[in-house]
Amino acid sequence: MKRRSLLQRFAAAPHIAWSVLFIVIPLLFIIYYTFTDAAGGFTLENLATIASPEYLMIFLRSVMFSILATVICLLIGYPLAYRIASMKPRTQRIVIVLVMLPMWLNFLIRTYCLKILLNDQGIINTFLGNFGIEPLKLLNTSGAVIFAMVYNYLPYMILPIYTVISKMDQNLLTAAADLGCNRFQTMTKVVLPLSFSGIMSGVTMVFVPSISTFYISDAMGGRTFSLIGDTIERQFKEADNYNVGSALSLVLMILIIISMSIMNKYSDDDGGVVV
Amino acid sequence: MKKAANIYTILCFLILYAPVAVMILFSFNSTDSIFSFSGFSMQWYESILSGGEAVDTLINSLVLAALSAVISTVVGTAAAIGIFHMKRKWIKNATMQVTNIPMMNPDIVTGISMMLLFITVGTLINANILGFWTILIAHITFSLPYVILSVMPKLRQLDPNLTEAALDLGCTPMQAFLKVELPAIIPGIISGMIMAFTLSLDDFVISYFTTGATFKTFPTYIYSLVKKPFKPNIYALSSIMTIAVLVLLIISNIISARGENSGKPAKAKKSRSLRKGKEGKR
Repeated sequence: MKRRSLLQRFAAAPHIAWSVLFIVIPLLFIIYYTFTDAAGGFTLENLATIASPEYLMIFLRSVMFSILATVICLLIGYPLAYRIASMKPRTQRIVIVLVMLPMWLNFLIRTYCLKILLNDQGIINTFLGNFGIEPLKLLNTSGAVIFAMVYNYLPYMILPIYTVISKMDQNLLTAAADLGCNRFQTMTKVVLPLSFSGIMSGVTMVFVPSISTFYISDAMGGRTFSLIGDTIERQFKEADNYNVGSALSLVLMILIIISMSIMNKYSDDDGGVVV
Repeated sequence: MKKAANIYTILCFLILYAPVAVMILFSFNSTDSIFSFSGFSMQWYESILSGGEAVDTLINSLVLAALSAVISTVVGTAAAIGIFHMKRKWIKNATMQVTNIPMMNPDIVTGISMMLLFITVGTLINANILGFWTILIAHITFSLPYVILSVMPKLRQLDPNLTEAALDLGCTPMQAFLKVELPAIIPGIISGMIMAFTLSLDDFVISYFTTGATFKTFPTYIYSLVKKPFKPNIYALSSIMTIAVLVLLIISNIISARGENSGKPAKAKKSRSLRKGKEGKR
């Protein structure tokens, strides 16, 4: 290889300086606040606080909610992505635009519209009322929170899976059929393994925002129960307890790093197919 | 079987679009209720024309998104080139790891970590610096990895012999970059810039933590309204934005479809096989 020009040698310098200043140092601040008290002395008090049953319950609930939302997104999104990938190329393009369009609507407005749909006097309950059905309590339930997570993050599941399936070599499917696979076997032995990398990136893209969301649980859960996201938010914006808030953020970050590295381990197995 | 699949697809889209339909319906409501529809009126669209905080904050958001997109595109493109040409593997890997942090980290952690930095700097210089500049810094920071990741693949597809040839034929390194490399990576740069723009426009969580009372973006303004019931003029504004985005997406799709049809297929095939070769090596 030829010698690098000056441009190539120093082009990354501004970015590296920027990253150290605004990515690395801020993270060090979180660690600093986690291990200090309000006066600035070293303490493990904050970690002890969030190890209490109350906070552990919040963590457990958040993990369960986001796993549920991710699984539902996968179950709804995979067949949809598969169906879209088997459409005519021209139709595919339009349908993918339609999948992406609701994502352009502001996230807060999207969630607020859902709230209107599910409200006691909302459209669904008015509709049911026409048949003499008593208004259902839809809002402020854990179901509403999970529904909002699924609704908001479903496109993140559909898009990567669709990308992988649409790039798949169609000859492989024909070959599988020629070699005696029935449709079900082709699906489980060829299509699913080949789309694994898409599934994995979809799962990550749904799981991470679901576990850390604070607006959804606020709006759809009506503060009847807390998730990690809104607990952290309250520590910073209401309780002014930066130390406990930082400790919670640090634990959330570590939780995500662990689950991501587990997922990466599995998705690396299929080698070259990754986008 | 196929019929069932079609019904399923339509059903999914019905649910996906129900809230959008609610929004558009209520943007035409004749009263300011957002729970019951009482009659058709254009008053909320008219109220947009006369301005107000909703319009002001939307303009704030657009300015912020444009600035952060331009800066992160310039810095990010340069970074992608620099990282691509890095010789020592461990430096390259370390840089990429740090670059990816804002993508991996949940937004709330990114937002809080920067808020802590800004507040500390603020107390050091005895001023509340949370405002336009801090939010701009935050938006550039979370946009950078997306720009780098969309430019990087284009650099990998680039045939290094082309740059060599340009240098042999008498180009200075700068000329070789401007005339050979830049035109080849420009699609990646543009898509990175569009992504940076939309991410910034849509971001709420990081903005919420890194901005102060002096500067409101459209999403943080909407959030401040959530506690009080908000008026359908927000719906009218969002409806206009959604329609505008739909038109833009359709136009860009038509353009890219044309480009694919009229482009030379031989060339496209070559670059694809090149990429495959590279991946095989890895």
